[in-house]
Amino acid sequence: MKHYEVEILDAKTREKLCFLDKVEPNATIAEIKTLFTKSHPQWYPARQSLRLDPKGKSLKDEDVLQNLPVGTTATLYFRDLGAQISWVTVFLTEYAGPLLIYLLFYFRVPFIYGPKYDFTSSRHSVVHLACICHSFHYVKRLLETLFVHRFSHGTMPLRNIFKNCTYYWGFAAWMAYYINHPLYTPPAYGEDQVKLALIIFLFCQLGNFSIHIALRNLRPAGSKTRKIPYPTKNPFTWLFLLVSCPNYTYEVGSWIGFTIMTQCLPVALFSLVGFVQMTIWAKGKHRSYLKEFRDYPALRSPIVPFLL
Amino acid sequence: MAASEEDGGGSGSPEEKENGKKRSLGALATAWLAFYNIAMTAGWLVLAIAMARFYMQKGTHKGLYRSIQKTLKFFQTFALLEVVHCAVGIVRTSVLVTGVQVSSRIFMVWFITHSIKQIQNEESVILFLVVWTVTEITRYSFYTFSLLNHLPYFIKWARYNFFIILYPVGVAGELLTIYAALPYVKKTGMFSLRLPNKYNVSFDYYYFLIIIMLSYIPCVISFSGCYLRNQQPDIQK
Repeated sequence: MKHYEVEILDAKTREKLCFLDKVEPNATIAEIKTLFTKSHPQWYPARQSLRLDPKGKSLKDEDVLQNLPVGTTATLYFRDLGAQISWVTVFLTEYAGPLLIYLLFYFRVPFIYGPKYDFTSSRHSVVHLACICHSFHYVKRLLETLFVHRFSHGTMPLRNIFKNCTYYWGFAAWMAYYINHPLYTPPAYGEDQVKLALIIFLFCQLGNFSIHIALRNLRPAGSKTRKIPYPTKNPFTWLFLLVSCPNYTYEVGSWIGFTIMTQCLPVALFSLVGFVQMTIWAKGKHRSYLKEFRDYPALRSPIVPFLL
Repeated sequence: MAASEEDGGGSGSPEEKENGKKRSLGALATAWLAFYNIAMTAGWLVLAIAMARFYMQKGTHKGLYRSIQKTLKFFQTFALLEVVHCAVGIVRTSVLVTGVQVSSRIFMVWFITHSIKQIQNEESVILFLVVWTVTEITRYSFYTFSLLNHLPYFIKWARYNFFIILYPVGVAGELLTIYAALPYVKKTGMFSLRLPNKYNVSFDYYYFLIIIMLSYIPCVISFSGCYLRNQQPDIQK
């Protein structure tokens, strides 16, 4: 069996960074990255991007050396992706924040509303209900991160955690401030509005969870395979008939429910911004599905049935 | 906000190379941009002359703003078109960058000087008006000449060097004006929404203005970096 030689050059400076000899032909890119880290410990595998062409696409960890269009001396180009952080860490941090922050406002911790309101409780029942719903939502997200989701990528750039946490924590504080404010005005249509909102919220939370479970079951543990999701016996998953990313559809629905429940403009804005972002993601995902699968169901839209 | 020298009016931005826009502009787009840039150059020239005449005749800056406000509002508001130029692609600059810069001008004109009449005679207003006028005449004439493929060296030199003085002076003028407006905003509670209300939101224009003033700092730092970097290609010439 002929061994390969691999030289790794810096994609920008073309400087020779590393020379590996006696590399197995069936070595994966992941294994080559591990070897590269030995000579350059500051570049752990997650922050390495190796490609065949300095300006080309990154090679995948699963790619096998002998299947690549290279001779027995392969030249790979390296780009540093920057400090990386695991998706799980980012999710846990960005979701734990809103959970705690909202509660600080709910319990009217000192220095927020003025001394005479410290540790008082709102006299509106909807405010208590909103706290339960908001907290439930983020506890659900934390548990899903730990036990349900199967991530395609292990890591993302470190700066994302600052960006994401600012977004989630900032909006959580902004919403919570008004909902738990002593001068909060409860919904105009009273109990009926709150009841309707709660039904929408719970329905969409269940829907969102059902989709997460369905997506998890599509992918066996440890694998990164991608398959077309289909409706299952769970009626909440029947939305897959009309939409590529029903998890996002249900998520927007939950926040619309929460907006109606609290009748709070910051919540409406948060829902709107979230909707815009999720639509961008859904369109991207929809496009990848179409590219990857010839037989992708034609009836499906990215996020809103028939419309978006 | 940091709005003096750069954005995608006729073309160009701190990030953009001069020749980028000429690559594949249709005849109609070129004609429109030429017209737009000539019109804007003319407009700001008219403003400059009006300001100079007022000062020479009256000997004071008091009342100067009132005398030129209609022209100022017209031409500065018209600049919103530059965002459309970027969006449509006839100007190769980011919509976001242009949007931010035009918005900051619109904000100063409509939400500060127009809305808070008591500060219209402040010296700081004249300060930024002069800066804006010189900047815009330089910028629009630069774009005009570039489009017509005949760029006098002086205009090119001015575009890349005036900002060294104009930018800090302009920022000073704008900040001082906002600062002068603060007491009036606080007293009248203008543009503000208090609790309780059915939308469960509040907005305090006074604190909003303070945040705007603070945000000048990161903007100035980042824009200065861009402007200084743009200087490099000229060293060879």
